[in-house]
Amino acid sequence: MKVNRSAATAIFAGSAILALALTGCSAGGGGGQSSTSATLTVWVDANRVEEMQDIAAKFEDDKGIKVELVQKEYGDVMRNDFIQQVPAGEGPDVMVGGNDWLGQLVQNGVVAPLELGDTAANFSDVAIGAMTYDEVTYGLPVSLENIALLRNTALASSTPATWDELIAAGQAVVASGAAQYPVLVPSDPVDSDPYHLYPLQTSYGAPLFAFDADSGYDTSELLVGSEGGNAFAAKLVEWGAAGIINTSITGDIARDEFAAGKAPFMLSGPWNLPAFQEGGIDYAIEAIPQAGPDAPTPFVGVQGFFVSSQSKNAIAANEFVVNYLGSEEAQLALYEAGGRPPALNSAFEIASAENPDVGAFGEVGRTGVPMPSIPEMGAVWDNLGATQSALLNGTAGDPTEAWQAMTERLREVVGG
Amino acid sequence: MTTTELQSSSGTDRSRKRQRPIARAAAGAPSTWVVLIKIISLGVLDAVVIYAAFILALNEDWVLAAVALVAATLINWIYIRRGSLPAKYLIPGTVFLLIFQMYAIVYSGYVAFTNYGDGHIGSKEAAVEALINKSLTRVPDSPAYPMVVVEQFGQLSFLVTDPDGEALIGGEDRPLQPADADLEGDRAVAVEGYTTLDFAGVLAEQEQLAAMSVPLTDDPNDGALRTPDGSQAFVYSAKMQYDETADAFIDTATGKIYEDTGDGAFVAADGTQLMPGWKIDVGFENFVRAFTEESIRGPLIAVVLWTFVFAGFTVAATFAVGVFLALILNDWRLRFRRTFRVLVILPYAFPVFLSALIWSGMLNPQFGFINQVLFGGAQIPWLTDPILAKFSILMVSLWLGYPYMFLVATGALQSIPEELVEAAKVDGAGPWAVFRRIKLPLLMVSMAPLLIASFAFNFNNFNLIYMLTRGGPQDITTDMNVGATDILITLVYKVAFGETGGRDFGLASAFSIIIFVLVAVISVISFRRTKTLEELN
Repeated sequence: MKVNRSAATAIFAGSAILALALTGCSAGGGGGQSSTSATLTVWVDANRVEEMQDIAAKFEDDKGIKVELVQKEYGDVMRNDFIQQVPAGEGPDVMVGGNDWLGQLVQNGVVAPLELGDTAANFSDVAIGAMTYDEVTYGLPVSLENIALLRNTALASSTPATWDELIAAGQAVVASGAAQYPVLVPSDPVDSDPYHLYPLQTSYGAPLFAFDADSGYDTSELLVGSEGGNAFAAKLVEWGAAGIINTSITGDIARDEFAAGKAPFMLSGPWNLPAFQEGGIDYAIEAIPQAGPDAPTPFVGVQGFFVSSQSKNAIAANEFVVNYLGSEEAQLALYEAGGRPPALNSAFEIASAENPDVGAFGEVGRTGVPMPSIPEMGAVWDNLGATQSALLNGTAGDPTEAWQAMTERLREVVGG
Repeated sequence: MTTTELQSSSGTDRSRKRQRPIARAAAGAPSTWVVLIKIISLGVLDAVVIYAAFILALNEDWVLAAVALVAATLINWIYIRRGSLPAKYLIPGTVFLLIFQMYAIVYSGYVAFTNYGDGHIGSKEAAVEALINKSLTRVPDSPAYPMVVVEQFGQLSFLVTDPDGEALIGGEDRPLQPADADLEGDRAVAVEGYTTLDFAGVLAEQEQLAAMSVPLTDDPNDGALRTPDGSQAFVYSAKMQYDETADAFIDTATGKIYEDTGDGAFVAADGTQLMPGWKIDVGFENFVRAFTEESIRGPLIAVVLWTFVFAGFTVAATFAVGVFLALILNDWRLRFRRTFRVLVILPYAFPVFLSALIWSGMLNPQFGFINQVLFGGAQIPWLTDPILAKFSILMVSLWLGYPYMFLVATGALQSIPEELVEAAKVDGAGPWAVFRRIKLPLLMVSMAPLLIASFAFNFNNFNLIYMLTRGGPQDITTDMNVGATDILITLVYKVAFGETGGRDFGLASAFSIIIFVLVAVISVISFRRTKTLEELN
C-alpha cells in the first residue's frame, strides 16, 4: 500500500511539474497574440504606474482603445526583456526607458522611429537630442536628470565663479573649522566616478566625443584625447594629492557627510535631496563653476517612452505617446510621479514655479549634453573610471601618458 | 516520502523480498482512491499537454509540439502499465532534469555556434524591415500635411491638404493628384465616391496605414508622404534603398552598397555594417575568436594563473580553517560549543552579494572599518593596490567559504568512530599523530569530492570578484581592459558583454563551454586521484 501511495504522489508531482512547465510555454506563445487585438500594452515602472492610469483612462474614453499597463521593474530587466521579446513578435507596444538604452535598442532594431511632428519644438533641446540616435528620433522624452552644484547656505553665502575659487572658498571654510571637506565629489576607490567628474572634464575642453545639437554624437571624433584632456588629467592628480577629490568618498558617504553639514559644496543629483532635507540642510542648487577654459556641461539622462518596431498597433501607439504622453497634463502628472524636471517646456515652467529645486536642476540641465547611448558606453565608463581613479589616487604615473593610453583604448572600444 | 520509505523500496534484498508481495497485491487490486488520483492527475497532464501542443502547432513549432506529445504518451504508458516501479520514481526527476538542466546546457551549446547577441537577435526579414523604417527620415523643414484617410472599394488613400490649401489625393504607388474635396475650414475632409474613415476606422487599418508611402509626384526622389497618426502626413525621403533582387541596401546619397555577405548583416565593401543584423549559424567561429581575440589572449596567462591561485588558495584555506575550527568545536570539553558553532557558520547565512558589498565598504581606504578601527586610521589601499586587492579578495573569499567547510567537517568528524581514536591513543599517538594518521585520512574520504566541487565553484566565482573589485584595479598603462583581480570568467564577461559593442551571447557561450571543459578535466583528474583515498575504507 505504501508503495502505491508513493507512486500516486510521484504521478501527481510529475504531472504538476509538467503541467506547470507546459503552461509556462503556452502562456509565452499566447502573449504574442494579444498585440494583434486593439489593446495597447505599455510597460511602465512602479513609480509611474499610478499617474499613468489616468492618462490611459482618458485615452480609452477618447479613442476606445484599451490601454493595458504592465508594471515592470525599471532597468536591465525591462530593457533586456524588450530586446528579447520584440523580435519574436511579443513584448509591449510601448515601453518607458532611459535614453542611454537607445543605442542598444536601435542596434537590435526593436524601436520604431517616432515622428513628433511640430510638437518637437515644445520640448527642451537636450531632451529631444537625447532621444535621437543617428539623426532619427525614437522616443518621447518625459523627464530629465542631471547633476548640479549644491551649496550649503549656512556655510557659504555665494558660489564662486570658478572651480579654483570654489576650492579656495571651501578650504577657507574648512580652515575656520566649520566644515570638514572643502567640496564633496562622489567617487569610488576602484572606478572613481566619471559621471560626476564629467562637467569638470568638459570645462577643460575634453568632452568624450564631438557633439552637435542636430546630429548628435560623432564617436569617430574623440575629443577626450585633446590637449585639454591632458590638462584635466594633471589637475586630477593635483586635486587627488591635495585631497580635494578623494576616491574614498563614495556616493553614500558624500551624501551622508553633506547631509551632516560637513561640507559647503557638493556635486549632486536630485536623488540626494530627500536626505539633505531630512538632515535639515539649507541648500542652494546652482550651475557648476567653470574649471577650465570652457563652460562645464554635465550629462543629462532623459527618460521617455519608446514604441516597439513590431507593434501591431503602430498608429494607436503613436497617438498615445505623442499626443497623450506628450501633453502638458501628462507631463505634469509624470513629473508628480518622479519629481524630475519635465521635458515639455510649458510643463517645466509650471513645475519649476511649484518647486524651485526642480526649476534649478532643470536650468543646469539645459546647459548639459545628453548622455551618450552608444552600445559601447559600458566599456567607455570602465576605461574612463579606471584611469581617473588611478590619477586621483596618484598611482597613474605621468598623467599625460595615462590619459593618452586611455584615449587609445577608447578609440579601440568605439572604433571596433 | 520519508527516508525509511525510500530505503525500504530500493534498499537491501531482504527488504525488497518483504515488499514485493505487498506491492503485487496492491497493484492487483489498488484502492479506488489511488486509481482516482492516478486518473485525475494523468488526465490533467494530458489535457494541458494537448492544449499546449495545439498552441505550439498553431505557432508552427512542430518540433516542440511533437516532443510534448511524445513525452506525455511516454509518461502515460509508464504510469498506467503495471510494474516498472523504478521508472515511476525516476520520471519526475528526469522531467525536471530535462527541462531545467539539459535544456539550458543544450541551448547554450547551440548559441555558441551562432552569432546571437546584440545586433543579431532576430530574423533577416525583421532586420530588413527595421532598416527600411530607419532609413526613412522626415525631410528637414518640410511642412506637415493635414490629412484624412479615405477608402474606396477596399483601397485606402490619403486625402491631404497641401500648404497652399489645395486638396490632393493619392495612395500606395499612386502619386498625389488634385481632388475636388469638401473642405471643413481650410482642411479637406471628404471627397466624392470615397468614404472618410474615423479614428476607429483608421485603427482597424493601422497595420496597412503605418506601412503606406504615398509618392508626392511621379519622381520618387521628391519623397513620399507617410502618416504616423492618420491625421497628419509628413514628407519622408529614404536615405537607403533596399534592392530586393540584389538583396542589398544602397545609400541614396553616396551610392555605397551594403550586401549580405553571410556575416549576419549588410556589409559595405569597406567593412561598415548596417545594424540591426540577424542571427545566423557561424560554426566554430566563436571558438576560434575565443582563442585569437587579442583582449583575451594578451592577458590570458596572468589571468589563468591568478584564477588557479584564487581557486586553489580558497579551497586550501577554507578547508584548513574549516577543519581546524571543526576539530576545536568538536571537543566535548569546550563550553558553549553550540553558541560558538552558530557564530562560526554565520557568514554562510548572508548572500554573497550582500557580504561582498559590505566588505567593499569595510575595505574603503579612509572610511572603512578595517583601516579606521583595526589599523588606527592608516590609509591602506586595500582595493586599489594590485597586490593588496588580490590579498583582499583571498581574505574575503576565505571568510565567505570556511563556514561551509566547517559544517561538512563537523559532520564528517562525528562519523569517525571513537574507538579508532581511542586505539591510537592506547598505542601512544599524540594529538597531532591522531589527527594526521587517523582523522585527516578519514575526513578526506568524505571531503575530497567536496573540495573538487569547491574548486570548480571558485574557479567561476564571478559574484565575489565582481561585487568586490569588478576585476580592478586596472593596469592603465596597457591597452587592455583587464584588472589585477580579474579571473577567467570576469575577463570573459568584460570581453563578451562590453568590448565588442553590446552583449555577444555566442562568444560568451563558447567561452563558457571552454571553461566547462577546463574545469571538467581538472575535476576528472582529481576524482581519479581521490579513488586511492577511498581504498582506505
